[in-house]
Amino acid sequence: MRHLLPALLLAGSLLTTGAALAQEAGAPPAPAPAAPAAAPTAPETPPAPEAAAGEQHAEGEPMAPGAHDEAADEHGGTPHYPLIKPAELDWSFAGPFGHYDLGQLQRGLKVYREVCSACHSMNLVSFRNLEDLGYSDEQVRSFAAEFQVEDGPSASGEMFMRPGIPSDRFPSPFPNPEAAAAANNGAVPPDFSLLAKARFATQGFPKFVFDIFTQYAEGGPDYIHALLTGYGQEPPAHITVQPGTYYNPYFMNGPALAMAPPIMDDQVEYTDGTPQTVDQYSRDVAAFMMWAAEPHLPERKATGMIVMIFLIGFAIMVGIVKRRVWADTPH
Amino acid sequence: MAGHSTYVPSNGVMRWLDARLPLPRMVYDSFVAYPVPRNLNYAYTFGGILALFLGLQILTGVVLAMHYAASTELAFQSVERIMRDVNWGWMLRYMHANGASFFFIAVYCHIFRGLYYGSYKQPREILWILGVIIFLLMMGTAFMGYVLPWGQMSFWGATVITGLFSPIPVVGPAIQTLLLGGFAVDNATLNRFFALHYLLPFMIAGVVILHVWALHVTGQTNPTGVEVKSSKDTVPFTPHATVKDGLAMIVFLAVFAYFVFYMPNFLGHPDNYVPANPLQTPAHIVPEWYFLPFYAMLRAITFDIGPIDSKLGGVLVMFGSIIVLFFLPWLDTSRVRSTAFRPIYKIFFWILVADTIMLGWLGSKPPEGIYPALSLIGAIYYFAHFLIILPVLGLIETPRKLPNSISEAVLGPDRGIGTGTGKGAPAAPAASAPSQH
Repeated sequence: MRHLLPALLLAGSLLTTGAALAQEAGAPPAPAPAAPAAAPTAPETPPAPEAAAGEQHAEGEPMAPGAHDEAADEHGGTPHYPLIKPAELDWSFAGPFGHYDLGQLQRGLKVYREVCSACHSMNLVSFRNLEDLGYSDEQVRSFAAEFQVEDGPSASGEMFMRPGIPSDRFPSPFPNPEAAAAANNGAVPPDFSLLAKARFATQGFPKFVFDIFTQYAEGGPDYIHALLTGYGQEPPAHITVQPGTYYNPYFMNGPALAMAPPIMDDQVEYTDGTPQTVDQYSRDVAAFMMWAAEPHLPERKATGMIVMIFLIGFAIMVGIVKRRVWADTPH
Repeated sequence: MAGHSTYVPSNGVMRWLDARLPLPRMVYDSFVAYPVPRNLNYAYTFGGILALFLGLQILTGVVLAMHYAASTELAFQSVERIMRDVNWGWMLRYMHANGASFFFIAVYCHIFRGLYYGSYKQPREILWILGVIIFLLMMGTAFMGYVLPWGQMSFWGATVITGLFSPIPVVGPAIQTLLLGGFAVDNATLNRFFALHYLLPFMIAGVVILHVWALHVTGQTNPTGVEVKSSKDTVPFTPHATVKDGLAMIVFLAVFAYFVFYMPNFLGHPDNYVPANPLQTPAHIVPEWYFLPFYAMLRAITFDIGPIDSKLGGVLVMFGSIIVLFFLPWLDTSRVRSTAFRPIYKIFFWILVADTIMLGWLGSKPPEGIYPALSLIGAIYYFAHFLIILPVLGLIETPRKLPNSISEAVLGPDRGIGTGTGKGAPAAPAASAPSQH
């Protein structure tokens, strides 16, 4: 009866192959499988483009109109964005002992305040939250008072502007999404509050398995840093960059995006001697955005350490008891 | 085992209570004196783990519901408020979201353990069917829970899944409208999903009680698949199973805690941190990881079969993949329960595991290129396993020789009890004939 196994296996494989062939014949013309469909669009493209299949495409920064379709047409399949994977940087908040570098968050806040906030809102963060960054209550009050916040209606029924107080949220640069779109070439600048968790350029299998053991959860800040430092490269010949958009091989939804290069060297003054480069600005603002998205991260990791130590210790003790209980019971 | 109760009230109060509401007696008989096979391995601990996680999900969920607002205007904001401003809200929410994933990890281990050791076979058909019902309820609960944060994947996932009902002839569109409370996913949908998401876990708890009841009537299977024949084959639930299940729970909780505290967003989708936007479709709509094998089967049917168009075909295949499990007790024709004694079936079992994992991977891929064809192969194999391989193999396979009893398998032939002559073993009468192979 042992020889039945190969027979069954053979029958099974014939059945499935036959069905697959029938399916291929009946299906609409599919793009040539595997590699050619994902023809690299830039010389720097990593060797396994299919691994980059964008399961994690995020919306928000709308891509250049038509850019997506065009790339898709040219290569006969869904192109794989981002064209270049973000580099994995060292972050103070990575790993089991991760915590925020308060100096870095303060610099990031300065970059956000002086540059990004011209277009990007951050409407889930209140001024009072800035105490997390090491500011005193007094500093937070005076910081909040620098903003004008709409309040009302007053007793006479009028809306009015007043200086901000710590319980206010960061005011938005535009009154509504339509105004934001109108001022930005049709693309609404995404809100900053959660962006560091809403962006992630997946590396596919098997990277995501290793990520479990390396605790890699900094894809968002890595992506933000890569995007901000990724401008200014020459687009490959076969990519047409639509007018009003900017080529950036790190953008996850297409070859180019509507946001112009937002920051230049020496644009924001650092008083602590940190280099005033785009790279440093990008790191600082990305770290700041991670804090904005996950303010309880240090608390979470510190709690996790206690929980893990407790559970492992508890498991060892129960394990010993279990051995005792079962010692005289063959099983 | 529905045997004679050995509970003796230890004092007057308990005697008084026992004469009026014998709850302590029930607990004693079910969780203290209840005999379990002595040879259960750690694959048998997932039932306890699942009970723990059901409790954990209900507990965290009830607290989250106190802070959540089921309105399209407020839902996303209220979840973020839980994450930022509610005391320990971030932990509750991460426990609840990851708890759902770990619930499914445990249930898949539990189901595959049942498949491996033939736990669905006579006389445990009802036990198995109740389990499949729990699985279906879990899927519904998890799906509706994922809609509640009202992120992009919540919204578009809800749109895709409720759309599954529309191709059903005649009643499909009406069912879809009833589910949605309108003609598109909107506030009415969110409200009823919240209500049902709160209701279904208690229905699960109800079916779990029936599931455990049925289990305690037939008794557990065990890795040999030979029924319990004497008291020598079993050990009392407490302390043996209690401490073993407890250890498994703690280890499982440690893995769970690793994700909650260090990788809380690993199993989620980044798009769900973008508020729902009905005007902007995500590039790839994917369900949560635990639905991916079924999602792959849904998308595997890309062609019309006679009057059944591809859309309805996909839906039938997807629902069929779970419906087929209801008939499993009668599809498996083998007289041997445990796969440990079925050398050929053992190989097919592992192929099925690999097939399911492959389908899960395919479910995460865009439906283009080679992927739909591979999904079709995977789906066909899945059905072939249950509808062809299982019935045919049971008739032609030569199983390995079974031990006469659990105690013989564990203690060796000298000390074991060959035939059911022990004084205990009330629930192992002649019905154990199938294992007397």
